[in-house]
Amino acid sequence: MPVKRRWLPFSPWHLLLMPMSLIFVLPLVQMVLASFMSKKQLNRFPPQLIPTSFHIEGYAKLFAQSHILLWFLNTVLVSTISVVSHLVLCSLAGYGFARLRFVGRGVAFIAVLATVMIPIQLLMIPTYLLFARIGIVDTIAAAFVPWLASAFGIFLMRQFFLSLPVELEEAARIDGAGALRTFLNIVLPLARPALVTLAIFTLLSSWNDLLWPLVAISDDTRFTLQVGLASFQGTRRTEWSQLMAGNVVATMPLILAFLVAQRRFVATMTFTGLKG
Amino acid sequence: MTVTFAASAGTQPARHQQPSGRRPRGRTIRRTLTGWAFAGPATIIVVGLSIFPAVWAFFIARTRWNGIAPATDVGWRNYERVVQDPDMGAAAQHTVVLTALFVPSAILLGILIAIALNQRIRLIGFYRTCIFVPYVASAAATGILASWVFNPQFGGANAILSRLGLPQQQFLESPSQALVVVCVIALWGEVGFATVVYLAALQDVPKELIEAAIVDGAGRFKVFLHVTMPALRPVTVFMAIWETITALQMFDLIYTTTRGGPLNSTQTVVYYVYELAFQTQRLGYGAAVAYLLFAVTMLLTLAVIGYGRRGGREAF
Repeated sequence: MPVKRRWLPFSPWHLLLMPMSLIFVLPLVQMVLASFMSKKQLNRFPPQLIPTSFHIEGYAKLFAQSHILLWFLNTVLVSTISVVSHLVLCSLAGYGFARLRFVGRGVAFIAVLATVMIPIQLLMIPTYLLFARIGIVDTIAAAFVPWLASAFGIFLMRQFFLSLPVELEEAARIDGAGALRTFLNIVLPLARPALVTLAIFTLLSSWNDLLWPLVAISDDTRFTLQVGLASFQGTRRTEWSQLMAGNVVATMPLILAFLVAQRRFVATMTFTGLKG
Repeated sequence: MTVTFAASAGTQPARHQQPSGRRPRGRTIRRTLTGWAFAGPATIIVVGLSIFPAVWAFFIARTRWNGIAPATDVGWRNYERVVQDPDMGAAAQHTVVLTALFVPSAILLGILIAIALNQRIRLIGFYRTCIFVPYVASAAATGILASWVFNPQFGGANAILSRLGLPQQQFLESPSQALVVVCVIALWGEVGFATVVYLAALQDVPKELIEAAIVDGAGRFKVFLHVTMPALRPVTVFMAIWETITALQMFDLIYTTTRGGPLNSTQTVVYYVYELAFQTQRLGYGAAVAYLLFAVTMLLTLAVIGYGRRGGREAF
């Protein structure tokens, strides 16, 4: 066996990974710490990394001077509706495109795939006008309607259903089960991993969306967290502890979910990248 | 990794034996109704919220309209104005610079970090978590956080520079630096995605290939160059398209860091469309700019796919 020469007591990859990790995670740590600092502590140069004392004035002012609680509830509502609707509509459509034979299937599926090429800027103006026509401007519906279903979701579910062995379904059909019964009782219970991936994708997209609620909602009690924070930032450019407190409220739910279910999140990102 | 939809769309054999008493036409209608009941709602939402508005935008782009007063038809004149508009020229230039900085950096960093994270060393789980976590933070929150980190007076970035004995910088408040800083912030938020994708692709590279190359006497670097890199090619084509679209469509981050400033130095085409449509109420002209961006994006995507195909053929 050749003896590996080691010029360091540890792998040289640590020299790259340690600073990289700090670059990625320190700003987030600073964000949390800064949200607990007073204005005086924050307006100091060089900035303190670890505060000598903790203050909650940032949070107190944030909750007193903005509708952050409403924004949080609106965002939870928007994300819940988006995720549930995605799970129901995209799995139904995915199954339809994967397994059912019907007139217009090919055209409809190509139309769905073609939509991913249309950029959001092209849609900004007419979608706003469409929302105005159907009367959902300035309601939180404007924040979730764009996330009721997506081409990515339909495609993801279709690919998953195509990968399932067809024999189970055939057996159910021969036993007299209709398409819906087969789908609900046989196929859907097998689809859990795909549904989790879809739910995470939709949660990330709808929770973090800024553009749609920004163009369609101007009533500040109907804001989502992202729009609320952006507008709060516009009026309080230098109130860093309040802004960081808002950032913590807006990002921590997803960061905690990520830390708890990292494997599922990474699987979702991988799927987006490799199959999307 | 392989996209299978093209092969499978037409390969659904008629599986169900036709019950003897039913006429085939009735069965076709019933099947079609069932199929549309499944696929219809999602399809109508997805197509209705993209293809329909995109066609509508084409007609809006042929008008002069502020959204309230009746629109006047101006034909192709909006497009003629786009070409002559100096603001549009500047916005296009910023978009090209941003894309040219962002896309190669994201891909190279993604590959580099993915290779590092693919090593079997201690703390690797900790490193992965740290590097992936910014991806779940919204671009809006990232922008707000970054505008504090890069704040010239109290921010952490200048603190590090002064610790290193380097001159203080204006970052997002300097017209010459803001676009680069925006790009750095975007990389911070997006590289996690590229890394995850490359990490998965690296783990798909067949071990036998690498071992065979080592047996044949190839060094680590040669293995990487002649075995790993060609295996990553399809993913890189995808990432190039994905990151180009990300750069071309970047909006949230610019909105929460610079709002297009200072002196319009970070005003990209997307941001310009937003300004035209929702700040200055020039809907027709905004739609024309958006259509032009769409055309350029399409051409770029096709060019990248074409380049990827051609390169792929040369490699084999």
